[in-house]
Amino acid sequence: MPLNGEGGERSELRLALSKGRIFDDTLPLLAHAGIYPLDDIDKSRKLILDTNLPEVKLVIIRATDVPTYVEYGAADLGVAGKDVLLEHGGEGLYEPLDLQIARCRLMVAGRKGDKTTPLNGGRLKIATKFVNSTRHYYASRRQQVEIIKLYGSMELAPLVGLADRIVDLVESGNTLKANGLEPLEHIMDISARLVVNKASMKMKHQKIRPLIARIAEAVALKQEQQR
Amino acid sequence: MRHHQLWMLPEGIEDLLPAEAALLEEKRALLLSLFQRWGYDFVIPPLVEYADSLLLGSGRDVDLKSYKLVDQLTGRTMALRADMTPQMLRIDASLCSDDQRRVNRLCYFGSLLQTLADEHGGSRSPIQAGAEIFGQRSFYSDYEIIRLLVASLRTLGIEAFYLDLGHVGIFRALAQAIALSSDQESELFAALQRKSRPDIDVLLEQWQLEPQAATMILALIDLHGDIAVLNRAEQLLAPAGEAVIKAIHFLRRLAETLNGIDGVTLHVDLAELRGYHYHSDVVFAAYLSRNSGAGRAIALGGRYDAMGRQFGLERPATGFSLDMRTLLHHFTPQRGVAAQARTVIAPCGDAPDLLVAIDRLRAAGERVIQQLVKGEEMGDSPHQLQQQHGEWLLVSREANSITTTEVR
Repeated sequence: MPLNGEGGERSELRLALSKGRIFDDTLPLLAHAGIYPLDDIDKSRKLILDTNLPEVKLVIIRATDVPTYVEYGAADLGVAGKDVLLEHGGEGLYEPLDLQIARCRLMVAGRKGDKTTPLNGGRLKIATKFVNSTRHYYASRRQQVEIIKLYGSMELAPLVGLADRIVDLVESGNTLKANGLEPLEHIMDISARLVVNKASMKMKHQKIRPLIARIAEAVALKQEQQR
Repeated sequence: MRHHQLWMLPEGIEDLLPAEAALLEEKRALLLSLFQRWGYDFVIPPLVEYADSLLLGSGRDVDLKSYKLVDQLTGRTMALRADMTPQMLRIDASLCSDDQRRVNRLCYFGSLLQTLADEHGGSRSPIQAGAEIFGQRSFYSDYEIIRLLVASLRTLGIEAFYLDLGHVGIFRALAQAIALSSDQESELFAALQRKSRPDIDVLLEQWQLEPQAATMILALIDLHGDIAVLNRAEQLLAPAGEAVIKAIHFLRRLAETLNGIDGVTLHVDLAELRGYHYHSDVVFAAYLSRNSGAGRAIALGGRYDAMGRQFGLERPATGFSLDMRTLLHHFTPQRGVAAQARTVIAPCGDAPDLLVAIDRLRAAGERVIQQLVKGEEMGDSPHQLQQQHGEWLLVSREANSITTTEVR
């Protein structure tokens, strides 16, 4: 029986973020809402960072864990890539805002010039970290495939004959190119979303809704500037 | 199979050990006594029934969540209950066969079994207590059922909680007013459940709805908060027609009557569509403010008028269920009955006078544990049954005093 660790009401807001691009790109949005971390994430080894607002804390966790923390209510809000949310299965969370950061594409890729088709090769073998999205994509195309779950370095799989194709996030396409692969099909555009715990949204709406509004404003402003 | 595997319980299945079991039993007794005093009849439906009747009208989720087996007698498929509401409907239908206008108030307490937990990491064998009113559509039937929920939580010792109110009729009428196809309705439903503005934007762009319709759908995402939301809703959703406005008025009346109950914080959420497939009107949920991080509703309820049609009956129905396992996590087990009751240690033996003394103590409500071998180590209990000068005495060492009571 977890979740009993803390007694009493937790009035503070916890925002779950993953280190790296999401953290770096979220900070300017938080700054617009008047929130700054007091600790330097690159120097501090703390996992809970204080901010200038005593009631707002940043929790630093792995990207794939963000939906779990938020769904269980260990964090009230979080920032997670749409790819991660689709793998998590997102009915248990609110995702009110597309932050338009950490943008990339979820794509099918294969060896350059490879014309393997399911007709002459039976089922295609697809290596991916994104099992649910891959299954959903091929199901929508009524294509039976064999999915091989990998945790990283997907580009290797077609080169060593482990898989015919990979499904992976593509940003510039340079990693694919360097390994003799090319993007074949575009599955979807990916960007990071703000996610909110359902109960927190109901119980702390007085704090959370203005925060969402400020962040939305920052996103719109940034879009405006980029145009 | 290795020994350690034999000790394992399946995922999402758990024991209730003494402290928790005692606590649950105490809470069960309190609840059933409360329900009884409110005029609700207790019923005990079976664990298993024909899938046909158990799954009627509850939609695909409940079907997927139900374990099924084949009845060797008839070859028909039976299902283990994953929800007790359909059983209540069936029981109501049998209780009102002579008079369909009869109002039945029913309550229940029991375990469910589910193939999939409601939430990640949730129990696959929830324990539910619930109450339902059948046969009445009036405002005061929903009002009573919510007041009973409030009273139930009070009885369980919960002083402060959040009550979330919604109305699935609003989305349903809106979808109808703007003539969404059923595919569109279910796509929009899924996006609304996540309050996903970005996904809804994409859908609206695809569908090319009239601007007024699109505005109303977008408004729905943000129509949650305190009662004031209902005023905004009335303005923003006015073009959707009378059914939507009626639903908003109903919610306002309910919210205003419930407002000001001590310890209850009201929250209105017009995009809360939990149980959309069988609910027809008002829906509500209770959340605890303590350990708010846990984030799970401890009670769910609402009106489900259309479900009874499946049994060939138009029976209005409203009710709620309490998630007793999640609730248990919010109590401190030490407060349970077993931990409270004092224990008297009695010596080993079969002497008739000893046995009579033990029987007397037990008859008087004492918890007596008799040693199974002479001088058995029983831990430190300050209460001992001892023989002095041929008499059996209850000797209690408390603080610095020793009290001796004759057992008779």
